[in-house]
Amino acid sequence: MYDFAYQKPASVADAVKLLADPEAKPLAGGMTLIPVLKQRLNKPNSVVDLAKLGLTGITVSGGTVTIGAMTTHAAVAASAEVKRAIPALAALAGVIGDPAVRYRGTIGGSLANNDPTADYPAAALALGATIKTNKRSIDADSYFQGMFATALEPGEIITAVEFPIPQKAGYEKFRNPASRYAMVGVFVANGPKGVRVTVTGAGQNGVFRHAGFEQALAKSWSAASLDGVKTPADGMNSDIHGSAEYRAHLVGVIARRALAAAG
Amino acid sequence: MPQVSVTVNGKPQTVQVEGRTLLVELLREKLGLTGTHVGCDTSQCGACVVHVDGRAVKSCTMLALQADGAKVTTIEGLAAADGTLHPMQEMFREHHALQCGFCTPGMVMAAIDLVNTHPEGLTEEQIRHGLEGNLCRCTGYHNIVKAIAAAWPLMHGKSLPAAAE
Amino acid sequence: MAPPFEGIGAAVRRKEDQRFISGRGTYTDDINRPGQLYAFIRRSDRPHAKFPAVDTGAAMELPGVVAIYTAADLANIGGLPCGWQIHNKDGSPMAEPKHPVLAEGVVRHVGDPIAVVIAETRQQAKDAAEKLDIAFTDLPSVATVSDAVKPGAPLVHDSVPGNVCYDWHIGDKAAVDAAFAGAAHRVRLDLTNNRLIPNAMEPRAAIGDYDRATGDYTLYTTSQNPHVIRLLMGAFVLSLPEHKLRVVAPDVGGGFGSKIYHYAEEAIVTWAAGKLARPVKWTAERNESFMSDAHGRDHVSTAELALDKDGKFLALRVHTLANMGAYLSTFSTAVPTYLYATLLAGVYTTPVIYAEVKAMFTNTVPVDAYRGAGRPEATFLLERLVEVAARDTGMDRVELRRRNLIPRNAFPYQTPVALQYDSGDYQATLDTALKHADWAGFEARRQAAAAKGKLRGIGLSTYLEACGIAPSAVVGSLGARAALYEVANVRVHPTGSVSVFTGTHSHGQGHETTFAQLVSDQLGVPLASVDVVHGDTAKIPFGMGTYGSRSLAVGGSAMVKAMDKIIAKGKKIAAHLMEADVHDIEFKDGKFTVAGTDKSKTIGEIALTAYVPHNYPIEELEPGLEETAFYDPKNFTFPGGCHVCEVEIDRDTGVVRVVNFTAVDDVGRVINPMIVEGQVQGGVAQGIGQALLENAAYDADGNLLSGSFMDYTMPRADDLPNFHVATENTMCTHNPLGVKGCGEVGAIGSPPAVINAVVDALRDYGVRQIDMPATAAKIWAIINAGPHHRKPAE
Repeated sequence: MYDFAYQKPASVADAVKLLADPEAKPLAGGMTLIPVLKQRLNKPNSVVDLAKLGLTGITVSGGTVTIGAMTTHAAVAASAEVKRAIPALAALAGVIGDPAVRYRGTIGGSLANNDPTADYPAAALALGATIKTNKRSIDADSYFQGMFATALEPGEIITAVEFPIPQKAGYEKFRNPASRYAMVGVFVANGPKGVRVTVTGAGQNGVFRHAGFEQALAKSWSAASLDGVKTPADGMNSDIHGSAEYRAHLVGVIARRALAAAG
Repeated sequence: MPQVSVTVNGKPQTVQVEGRTLLVELLREKLGLTGTHVGCDTSQCGACVVHVDGRAVKSCTMLALQADGAKVTTIEGLAAADGTLHPMQEMFREHHALQCGFCTPGMVMAAIDLVNTHPEGLTEEQIRHGLEGNLCRCTGYHNIVKAIAAAWPLMHGKSLPAAAE
Repeated sequence: MAPPFEGIGAAVRRKEDQRFISGRGTYTDDINRPGQLYAFIRRSDRPHAKFPAVDTGAAMELPGVVAIYTAADLANIGGLPCGWQIHNKDGSPMAEPKHPVLAEGVVRHVGDPIAVVIAETRQQAKDAAEKLDIAFTDLPSVATVSDAVKPGAPLVHDSVPGNVCYDWHIGDKAAVDAAFAGAAHRVRLDLTNNRLIPNAMEPRAAIGDYDRATGDYTLYTTSQNPHVIRLLMGAFVLSLPEHKLRVVAPDVGGGFGSKIYHYAEEAIVTWAAGKLARPVKWTAERNESFMSDAHGRDHVSTAELALDKDGKFLALRVHTLANMGAYLSTFSTAVPTYLYATLLAGVYTTPVIYAEVKAMFTNTVPVDAYRGAGRPEATFLLERLVEVAARDTGMDRVELRRRNLIPRNAFPYQTPVALQYDSGDYQATLDTALKHADWAGFEARRQAAAAKGKLRGIGLSTYLEACGIAPSAVVGSLGARAALYEVANVRVHPTGSVSVFTGTHSHGQGHETTFAQLVSDQLGVPLASVDVVHGDTAKIPFGMGTYGSRSLAVGGSAMVKAMDKIIAKGKKIAAHLMEADVHDIEFKDGKFTVAGTDKSKTIGEIALTAYVPHNYPIEELEPGLEETAFYDPKNFTFPGGCHVCEVEIDRDTGVVRVVNFTAVDDVGRVINPMIVEGQVQGGVAQGIGQALLENAAYDADGNLLSGSFMDYTMPRADDLPNFHVATENTMCTHNPLGVKGCGEVGAIGSPPAVINAVVDALRDYGVRQIDMPATAAKIWAIINAGPHHRKPAE
């Protein structure tokens, strides 16, 4: 790692000030940023730790689950409220990384980073979440802009994520055998934004919606309705762990399993 | 140089570190607690797992400064003051759950967290899944799984629910 | 109350565990020497390139930097030696290009070391290493043996035409050709043995230390064999005499072969410590381990079996291309020859065998012995070939094996490929394994799985390996540049406790317990009174180290020999004390007794007398009770057995799960069954890893694609089943304990059992061969291609 100044501001306003420096990097759980820094792929002047901004916590009110940006995956997975309101979201949080990663990794960090193999982007996009920042509210539809790219402006901090409670939702993933990141993750939801099917891990450009599956499930919420609906291999990743064709095939398999999980 | 104050194995410590100093570097190089190991650089192997405020974390993926004010427990701090081993340590020995010993500290710390967070019981499948973040190259995990199942009743003061066997 | 049984055969809990479970092990990186500096190695990120002299000026100016060395600074230092010379078919010696400690103007693989930066901290060394500007000019490169052997392939070494290190053969070609000509059945199989990365959990590390007062060097290193490192580095690389060089291998976190070899970093830190008169530490980052630890396996072979009409094997013909990587690692050349082709008889009576092996240089990390070393490659080839033979000829695969097993009354058994097996009972291990695995009940399980939509398959392998390497004269005649005896020093202290110094090294095998049990048993002293010392050339007379499942068979035998001397001397002392004839003294359970009387002396009393020789035959006998023995084995040992694997395949994803695994091995006498089971379990895990998960993937140019745990699939807890492990032992006939070895059997017997099971599960898809690893993607592609229109066999 290159050395940097470590800052731990006590308010969002202070954090924003520190992050005005283009050479500063925000640090949430650090589960991606720290490995990246260790590989010397990034050379920030300062690292701004968001741990003391009071951005943790889960509330459910009306039809919405609101999760503070610095809430860990373990906390979401264990939350009785989340399990009751959106069990698929709790289940998703419970399969991110490994137990030690889940104690440190946060929802805000995951969404801000938008790693193409991360799990949360699939949920946020499928459920039509709203990403709350220190400046504004961003609809998930406009938030995700390709892998590692989001609508966040420099220095903008996610403070919370609001998930409308769906009627049904399910998540399943097929892990990369080596890294255990999502090789294919599919989130299916039938909620306020209608039927949505999102795919993470598989696409070359990060999380995406599967139009074919959405149309089919909108007509009839059943695995059978996916029969005959193709997932094109174009745009899928291809590497030593599997071809684009394999990943395209897995999208169908995992979507059916997600659907079964959704009930 | 910034300084960090942590309580490690019950002992308060204040140490000067760099911004980039990792928690594992603080433990190994500044505090001489070499029981915590580094087996990879991609947060995959779990040899570095310690408890921070009671939870298993990868000390190679946490800055020392992030631990400011925290209570850290390492493998060296598990046994009682009189030397009585933690039940997980005892069961690892009893069930031959270690060979070269290099992954063992991280494995033991992760296993304790796994048992602590499953008071309702642990199936073999849950144990295997719960070890997803820890690599062992020697044992094939067979005896590690046995040791954790055997430690559960000792840690919870009751026998493991039958379904878990 | 009788003391607990702790001797030979007892599942004693390990003595070494107390420190390991408490975090008090001392691994190399745990050691810090006063005034220590840190080394970071700048490595090649190119498979093959030339570069001009490295300008170190700017990097030298960075904070904390003490020195930067390149090949230009190492002019008087030798290359890393190869320990085994193989000869070509025509009798000429193999090509042996120099393996420089630091690259001399040309890098030949990703990871090839170019320069070392030494600084006050690790980070400073790394900061400066990054600043070195190296003006590479890429050269054409080659990564696979199949490409390297092609006419006109890029040359890894200009001095080695065709990239051929050697073209070697064994066996009677004419006899094999004749047998094939007259055979009723001929079966041919092309197969690869996938390249693996050992990945011991402890990354390699080394600390060089230099004593200005005495001129003595000390190297602390993650080694399986410190004496060998002292010999190789001292004599061939740094020209340091043994008495000025101490090598310490403290607790070592797994080796699996990868820590046998003498590596560049060991020489660098030792040399630099002398140059700078300060200790220098180097610790590999895991990404460096991937590109600098010797890799394993990597064969491409064609195998042919000739059978008569009844299924008796008539002849075996094998052609293998073996990947050496860019340079010859310490024992690399022996692996695809004497540790591979000599094993091709396996457990079968095949009367004639011919094998030819071409070892190829490529622009990849050097390849050397990895758990099993040659024997897994031979076993995989043979057991896949036999499986395919059964399938192609329509014979039952168990029955076909039975027909060809070496009978239990045929020992000693001379194979057509040099080895003479001393003992074994392959029918017994086969029968027991089939019983434990409920082979007969499999069809019901297959149908139950089918009802759940899963494809279930079962497979077996009957196998054998050669361990306990090895008779020095034999290996010497085959090109080994070292002897392979082992050394033990047994020191009975004045008050009866015992220190045992062994030339073997424990890096997970539990020697501190097993050897202590052996000594406790033979000398009749409590286990707690025996300490085993290894891993330090300053303490141990000499030794060849631990690899090839040799420690108990060779090192334990040396210990027995030393203890025999102790007992013989003790008898003389006892005879003197009890005024009896030495021939009337019996030794049992720690007591020297005058036969037929109740007069006895404990070994403690004898030891005290030996060190306080007031009443002592001082004219005939020296004081003290300490003996050293060198044991040179008379033959290899031949563990073997039968592994049975049962898998289930998810048709939708192609994921293969091992649902049952049974290993029944003949490892000879068992000292500690708990440790033996653990060794087999760990070996099987690595074998399943090879069969289903692990692969060191290079692109065609030699860029390592699986260079971290993010891409190299290590077996995790949820990838593996519980293992059913048992032994069915016959005794080795030529060592005093009857032991054979258990460290490698798991990794040798298991891969073909797994693949045979996978192929069986895919029986309706017309699959004849699947190369390892049988990844989900690969299996799905087979399933996706659709069922083959072949009727289920049964």
